[in-house]
Amino acid sequence: MQKKGKTKPPKRSPLSLAEIARNGEGKKIDEKWDLRLYIAGQTPRSLAAMSNLKSLCEEHLQGRYNIEVVDLVKHPQLAAGDEILAIPTLVRKLPQPIRRIVGDLRDTERALVGLQLRPGK
Amino acid sequence: MAKIPPKRSLADSVLPKAPTGIQGLDEITGGGLPRGRPTLICGSAGCGKTLLSMEFIVRGATQYGEPGLFMAFEETPPELAQNVRSLGFDLDELVRKKKLLLDFVRVERSEIDETGDYDLEGLFIRLGAAIDSIGAKRVVLDTIETLFSGLQNEGILRAELRRLFRWLKDKGVTAIITGERGDGTLTRRGLEEYVSDCVILLDHRVTDQVSTRRLRIVKYRGTSHGTNEYPFLIDEEGFSVLPITSVGSQFHVSNERISTGIPRLDTMLGGKGLYRGSTALVSGTAGTGKTSLSAHFVNATCSRGERCLYYSFEESPGQFIRNMRSVGLNLRKWVDEGLLQIHSSRAALYGLELHLTMIHKLVEKFRARSVVLDPIGALMGAGTQRDANAMVVRLIDFLKVRGITAFLTSLTTAGEALEHTKVDISSIVDTWILLRDIESGGERSRAMYVLKSRGMPHSNQLREFVVTSRGIDLLDVYVGPDGVLTGTARLSLEAREKAALMASQQEAERKLRERQRKREAMEAKIQAMRKEFEVEDEEVGVLVSEEAARTKQFVVDREAMGRSRGADAAESTRTNGRIK
Repeated sequence: MQKKGKTKPPKRSPLSLAEIARNGEGKKIDEKWDLRLYIAGQTPRSLAAMSNLKSLCEEHLQGRYNIEVVDLVKHPQLAAGDEILAIPTLVRKLPQPIRRIVGDLRDTERALVGLQLRPGK
Repeated sequence: MAKIPPKRSLADSVLPKAPTGIQGLDEITGGGLPRGRPTLICGSAGCGKTLLSMEFIVRGATQYGEPGLFMAFEETPPELAQNVRSLGFDLDELVRKKKLLLDFVRVERSEIDETGDYDLEGLFIRLGAAIDSIGAKRVVLDTIETLFSGLQNEGILRAELRRLFRWLKDKGVTAIITGERGDGTLTRRGLEEYVSDCVILLDHRVTDQVSTRRLRIVKYRGTSHGTNEYPFLIDEEGFSVLPITSVGSQFHVSNERISTGIPRLDTMLGGKGLYRGSTALVSGTAGTGKTSLSAHFVNATCSRGERCLYYSFEESPGQFIRNMRSVGLNLRKWVDEGLLQIHSSRAALYGLELHLTMIHKLVEKFRARSVVLDPIGALMGAGTQRDANAMVVRLIDFLKVRGITAFLTSLTTAGEALEHTKVDISSIVDTWILLRDIESGGERSRAMYVLKSRGMPHSNQLREFVVTSRGIDLLDVYVGPDGVLTGTARLSLEAREKAALMASQQEAERKLRERQRKREAMEAKIQAMRKEFEVEDEEVGVLVSEEAARTKQFVVDREAMGRSRGADAAESTRTNGRIK
């Protein structure tokens, strides 16, 4: 995907896209992953997104991830901060750059590509 | 039961509206945008969508006490504030007062990936929070189409948009959604499909290198509205729409008469001059004195203490004032007194609509009672013939409705029919004064006549006039056998007429003298005859007395004879006694 090429290598991470690719499943060793999932109420879609994210992280980022779930129904003012339009949205705060994935993460492959845990097709 | 249906239908027919506060727009929408419903404003790039929406929000906040939310998808709040500062809107101040909320939503395609289902609840929540934070009654989404570039799943997006507009309605906010114009569609993404209550189309067209902005209400459900394209203007005071084409021919008609500034011309116009609020046209070839004539009109208006707007397409104010001083008019005085405003701009500088709008605004602002446009034909340079015609008609209508007397000049170029104006308005002007050159005897003289003047008995005479240092003056009319004489022909005719008059006077005197002579001769003759008669009379007298004496003598003789004979003495005594 063209846009991937445009993405600058993260400053704080020495790993470039090519390196991620070389590492196969993208197993970065020391990187700390900071993820934030925006939901709006306990809808089935939100719940699905939460469980999908959980299993994805367990599988690929075991032990070095942190998930924060933000319920916009409870904290509507937070929607502006991360430019949240779609629900659910997953924001990768760390490693930089910030990336967003919208949807319930049902498609694990695409989610991994989106999180840059796997190179794009 | 029977009473309820009409009552309800009446209530339904009055659709609540939110006034925009934008000059002209409220007029053509019949009061504003549909209250509590979304309105779509579409148009190509740079046609003023954002500005119109912003003015709607700002005016709502400042004039109608309705706080507004402006959600921008393309421009950041500082950019927006900067963009509208030139229009005199201080967004920062309004934001501080919690009357306005600017929210910038960044949609960055490159940062978003999609996997699985989602909805736009985030946007809804954000909107809801923003609306609630200031109690917004008006909302602008500029432009929501950006979402299409940020999110891939069009199916979801469309469904969500439909839900969004429904949601806005439920919220009861008066919303404006802007959309970029697409090929053959009102908006690129077909937003008109969702916003069906009111759709306004903005257009920015360039014809003959002159750009014109136009606004059209494509639809407005549940209300009547003007359907034409209305020109609009964005200037230092914001947006203004000219609903002039909606102006009908219904207006107050004045019977008041006002002077043209030239007494003898007033005399030609039924003796009293023009009707107030009427439209006068002065046409003529170059140098026939159109501007001087209009300057007299300006002078007359200001002399009455009324305001006059002089809109020139040719001369600068300074030049106009200087030139008119040469015909004895001091217009500087009126400018200083604030009764005269001279506005000069080249016709080709702006589009027709802009001129129209500027005249419109100047007239309104200055509260002019009379307007002079010199010359209207120049407007041809700012647009096509048809547009110029339409514009001048609209302008005249506008002035008529306000009871403003219009004085237009029109240049007739050489070779053109005199009874023709470049801008085809001859049929709608009330008074048409035609100025022309008359070439004869090796010189040109100026003449004017009233071609038409509605509602008054006007002179049908061709009048020569001169432009002197004391102004325009109409001269006495000399009609010779070959028509009206002007210039030296008039002078020579004057001389000839004088000579002829003198000759005929002399002839009459001669005849009188002859009669006198004849009378005297006759008298003499009578005298002579009388003398002759007297002589004869005398002779006859002598003859008669001689005869009588002879007769007496005869009697005496006979008596003497009788006595001598001694006969009939008694009878002869008696006869003698009677005679004695």
